[in-house]
Amino acid sequence: MAEASPWTPDQPIIEITDIHKSFGHVEVLRGISLKVRKGEVICIIGPSGSGKSTLIRCINALTPFDRGSVRVMGIEVGAPHLDKLALRRRVGMVFQQYNLFPHRTALQNVMMAPIQVLHQPRREVEARAMALLKKVRLEGKEHSYPGQMSGGQQQRVAIARSLAMNPDIMLFDEVTAALDPETVKEVLVTIKQLADEGMTCILVTHEMGFAREVADHVYFTDRGVIVEDGPPAELFANPRDPRTQAFLSQVL
Amino acid sequence: MQTIAAWFHALYETTGINLTIIYDAFDRARFINGFLVTIELSVICIFFSIVIGIVGAWLQGSQLVWTRRIVQAYIQLFRNTPPLVQMYFFYFGLSNLLPRLHAAGGDQPLLSGFAWACISLSFFAGAFNVEIFRSGIEAIPHSTLEAAEALGYTRLSAYRHIILPLAVRVCLPALNNNLVNLVKTTTLAYAIAVPELLYVSAQIWSDNVNVPEMMVVLLLVYFALVGLLVLGMHRLEFRLRLPGYSRT
Amino acid sequence: MTARPMPATPFVLAPPRAGTPKLRLRLWHGAALAMLVLLSATLADAASTGPAARAGILVILLKWTPLLFRGFLFNILISVASMTIGTILGGALGITLISLLPPVRLAGSVTMQFFRNAPWLVLLFFAMFLLPFQLRIGPLVIPLPDWLKAVIGLSLPVMANVAEIMRGAVASIPSGQWEAAESLAFKRRQQVWSIIMPQCIKRMLPPWMNLYAILTMSTVLASIVGVNEVMTLAGQVSAAEGGRTDLLTPLYGYIMVWFFLYAYPIALLTTRLERRFAVKM
Ligand SMILES: Nc1ncnc2c1ncn2[C@@H]1O[C@H](COP(=O)(O)OP(=O)(O)OP(=O)(O)O)[C@@H](O)[C@H]1O
Ligand SMILES: [Mg+2]
Repeated sequence: MAEASPWTPDQPIIEITDIHKSFGHVEVLRGISLKVRKGEVICIIGPSGSGKSTLIRCINALTPFDRGSVRVMGIEVGAPHLDKLALRRRVGMVFQQYNLFPHRTALQNVMMAPIQVLHQPRREVEARAMALLKKVRLEGKEHSYPGQMSGGQQQRVAIARSLAMNPDIMLFDEVTAALDPETVKEVLVTIKQLADEGMTCILVTHEMGFAREVADHVYFTDRGVIVEDGPPAELFANPRDPRTQAFLSQVL
Repeated sequence: MQTIAAWFHALYETTGINLTIIYDAFDRARFINGFLVTIELSVICIFFSIVIGIVGAWLQGSQLVWTRRIVQAYIQLFRNTPPLVQMYFFYFGLSNLLPRLHAAGGDQPLLSGFAWACISLSFFAGAFNVEIFRSGIEAIPHSTLEAAEALGYTRLSAYRHIILPLAVRVCLPALNNNLVNLVKTTTLAYAIAVPELLYVSAQIWSDNVNVPEMMVVLLLVYFALVGLLVLGMHRLEFRLRLPGYSRT
Repeated sequence: MTARPMPATPFVLAPPRAGTPKLRLRLWHGAALAMLVLLSATLADAASTGPAARAGILVILLKWTPLLFRGFLFNILISVASMTIGTILGGALGITLISLLPPVRLAGSVTMQFFRNAPWLVLLFFAMFLLPFQLRIGPLVIPLPDWLKAVIGLSLPVMANVAEIMRGAVASIPSGQWEAAESLAFKRRQQVWSIIMPQCIKRMLPPWMNLYAILTMSTVLASIVGVNEVMTLAGQVSAAEGGRTDLLTPLYGYIMVWFFLYAYPIALLTTRLERRFAVKM
């Protein structure tokens, strides 16, 4: 695979340096830097509107940023002639609203991108898609349409759909926020399983218990900056910044 | 066939109800021909107006201001002027500006009246279709497009595989309406002497002085044609329905 | 596990948004249209190989403008008359569609479907040929000139469409409104006239205006059946100028501009109303 510049697994898989982003006059990201190593699971927490979604959407170029740099496996995301396909096959993303394609069955949802974007042979893709649906524990649901599934099931199809592209990195943006409490767990179990297998994951989440359980590193953001970061045990037990303390006391 | 013809002939003689299209071979052939021309005209125009609609709706999402403006101008121009004048504009106006073919029997226009009818009606109905498809596309949440982008789809392939198939489902009822209108509007081709159903009927009633009979036949035939189209579109709607979402 | 509805509103249920022409393009459109006429005029000029003795096309257009404009006003008159008649008849037909008596409803529905699915031009022929040239009501004799027949012919599809618009508007009123009216012991007539109809008027206005625009576009059909409106006059102008074929493009373009200038503001107003009402509902 052709790389923009050589990347080796000992380098950070994602390297964000001082990025800024404004929507109109509002500066939503005000100089954020962070590094993620391969296989690491990091969680981004913070109050609503603090720029968490914007931050992770900068990683797969869904939102263009104004200043700074984002490098994903050696690909400079801010480059003017970014090869979006090269970036996006390495970075999978799961959304809060699942965003499944409602005119296709679960299996077809998983198969579509590898066939239509990567032009992989259908048989191979189908076998892999079946395996992925099995992995997210949706055997028997292959031929259901999104409208016929529960939120938790749809979200797991969405995860399988992203995994079908064989990404190196997965982005999760509040994937359980739209779910009923009883279905949250089935999705979290799936993510945990992925993390345990060594997938590099970036999670934006309000599930503090889950963050504490799976994260290698937690970032607390507020108004476009990283206020505090550290291993979960430390950050949750002894937050240093008053803003972190206030936030955690509210949500815990 | 013979007995039916004879019966209708007898009907004419006893009641005065004159359906020459059934008992008179010449009129029957004319009428069937006209019917086929109407079908042909409808099918061609439906096809091209849908193509125009899809391409136009795609162009309306363009980043280029001028592309959008030109499409918008096209839509407003064709929606807000009479289709008959459009047809005259094309047929009498533009066709005069085109080079003529030199055939054995003298000069011939490059495009026949039928071709001009197809062109003008397709553009006319196409203008409405652009709006219809666009509103269908706008009904698809942006997040669906983003999900496709995150999976590596380009704008064009996302449009083709995801947005358009969904948009079509949303706008089928409106499209249905417009296509029904299009079929009815094919009668305008009468004005430029395209031998479609209305034109041949007018020939038949001026030859036989049986206006009321032909009028009833004509209305029934269009009623059936429109009914057929509506039926087909409903079946399509049913086939394309999104499982799990009820239609309320 | 049973299927449960998605928390987000499934987008397929949302009605397609009405076409929203952009307001800021208004000026630009006018300019483009003027360009179009000029262009077609110059194109035609260039195409005509005749000597300079022939008058310039713009001069000819200007010369005949008063006549053509009178023709155009006649089109507007036809449209207003047809709309008025069609709306009155359509209102009556619409009432039958919400009748509680099944036979009345059925008859109304058949009538509506019949006239709604018939091509306008066919209905126009229908009126031209099948209406008598004069009406005799007792001692009173009302002559029916061609243009009046055309008015009647065009009002038939208007009637059917108005009825359908009315039916649609009534159907869009939540059933709770009927039930509320019922529980307040309103009589059926009162339910319709004081509860349901006032709410319908607002919903009916945009499609009704849309229908009027379509009707205006259809008034030129009257030329086909021999009424002296703008298209007929255009043909006569072309003949008066010696049957010059190069005149036809600018002439028809010119007429298109008039229709555009008349119909486009109506279309803009319609979409604006549509949007306003859509937000309120
Ligand atoms: N496309 C956009 N256009 C304008 N403003 C935007 C856009 N996207 C986000 N914003 C604004 O940027 C700010 C940060 O938004 P963002 O979605 O990143 O927050 P968040 O931390 O993910 O919040 P939440 O927890 O509610 O999801 C918000 O004030 C939001 O209104
Ligand atoms: Mg967010």
